Amino acid sequence: MTLHVDATLVEEVAKLLYIRALKILPDDIKDGFARIAASETDGTAQSVIATMVENIAVAERTENLLCQDTGIPIFRVQIGRDVAVDGFALKQALARGTERATREHPLRSSVVHPITRQNAHTSCGAHVPVIDIDFVDMQETLRIEMIPKGSGSENGSFLQMLIPADGVAGVKRFVVDAALKAGGKVCPPTILGVGVGGTSDLCMHLAKVAATRPLGSRCTDEQGAALEAALGEAVNSLGIGPQGLGGDSTAFAVHVEVAATHITMNPVAVNIQCHSARRASATFTPSGVEIGF
Amino acid sequence: MHHELRMPCTEADVRKLRIGDHVTLQDRLFGIRDATQIAMFDQGRTTRLDLRGHAVIHTAPNVRRVDKRATNDSGYEAICVGTTTSDRMERFSRPLMEREGVRIIIGKGGLREQSQKAFAELGGVYLAIIGGTAALETTWIEAIEDVDLDDLNPESLWQFRIRDFGPLLVAMDSHGGSLYATVQAEAEARRAAALAKLGVA
Repeated sequence: MTLHVDATLVEEVAKLLYIRALKILPDDIKDGFARIAASETDGTAQSVIATMVENIAVAERTENLLCQDTGIPIFRVQIGRDVAVDGFALKQALARGTERATREHPLRSSVVHPITRQNAHTSCGAHVPVIDIDFVDMQETLRIEMIPKGSGSENGSFLQMLIPADGVAGVKRFVVDAALKAGGKVCPPTILGVGVGGTSDLCMHLAKVAATRPLGSRCTDEQGAALEAALGEAVNSLGIGPQGLGGDSTAFAVHVEVAATHITMNPVAVNIQCHSARRASATFTPSGVEIGF
Repeated sequence: MHHELRMPCTEADVRKLRIGDHVTLQDRLFGIRDATQIAMFDQGRTTRLDLRGHAVIHTAPNVRRVDKRATNDSGYEAICVGTTTSDRMERFSRPLMEREGVRIIIGKGGLREQSQKAFAELGGVYLAIIGGTAALETTWIEAIEDVDLDDLNPESLWQFRIRDFGPLLVAMDSHGGSLYATVQAEAEARRAAALAKLGVA
């Protein structure tokens, strides 16, 4: 059997996912809010968290966007085995769905030409939407994940090509300093994503993957998982707190992803996801399309 | 302490506000952003809208075009109005106050020393709204009354009619107080202990 994926359906799904992601937070993020609401000890921080939780309910009740920032649209496509799809048509369909969501909802187009700053009001442009395609060991399955990446947290991105002599100590210091530099500007509580290893571009990509991973997930590399726990505690000990107004809840979690690197290299990157950690997904199988997070 | 301010307000009104106080605004609010202020203060463009004594919020809203009517004179209806990170617009705080007469800046994440000085010298405050809570914030907006510099859309200069906009937290006042500076200094002071616990010399 082969799963055939139709580009027209992908376009509809892309439009639906963009709008859905902007309106409904995933359950793991809602659970994260419940956890920090229970553990936060600072009075101001407690009221900030309560307002964020109220906003999630208002967005669902009024079917409105959680945040005004419609972000840079990112699609991650995982293609399993025995899947037939016209890859180029799929990319075009994702862009068309993005543009239709923007015009038909309508949504604010947050995307401009980087030099002229012209806004085409389509949420699209050169290389945008960002489309990552990977091939995975799943039978007759194609999965599309949509992430509207907000700019406040994206501007909290940091890369350093450390050297082997800096060791893992250099990695840890870099992450703590990144959290300090980001302060309240990145809309904490955040998911602080850390990439360790790879090349410069792969390292930053890993940080983005880490920042957008569901809460409760762990790095599959044991050393990476140990770093997640230690760095999570360190970042929250700084007391930056929700919105940078002080408190225990600076990050829901620190997530780490690792890649092999060169004998002379020790790259580290930080990419941050804000508390409005939005995602939506669609899974295509022979029995239909399932919409989720 | 909670204050209710009808806009526009006076220097005396904002001088009363102290960090930690809460403020709810009534009547009118202006929306500005990066491109708006680059146009106004770097490229010399002017606006026909009168900002004297008013509050501005760092925003670029989601809007829908509608027929002009009594409730939406601007030809726009608000879909989702939120707040963006203020820090990028730090250098525009002083000209906003000096040239346009703005008294209150609303944003998220805070502003820095130059804004703090301008607030003290000229009589202004920074009110913190909770970033990323735009669905809630939108319920405080009654209408988009007017819009200028609309070629910059969505970073136009927006004039909103508001009702019970808040409560907002006074995070930087006209007496040198800044919650952000305090929290940041405390966080920097905790850095060494955090690194030591990680085994980093």
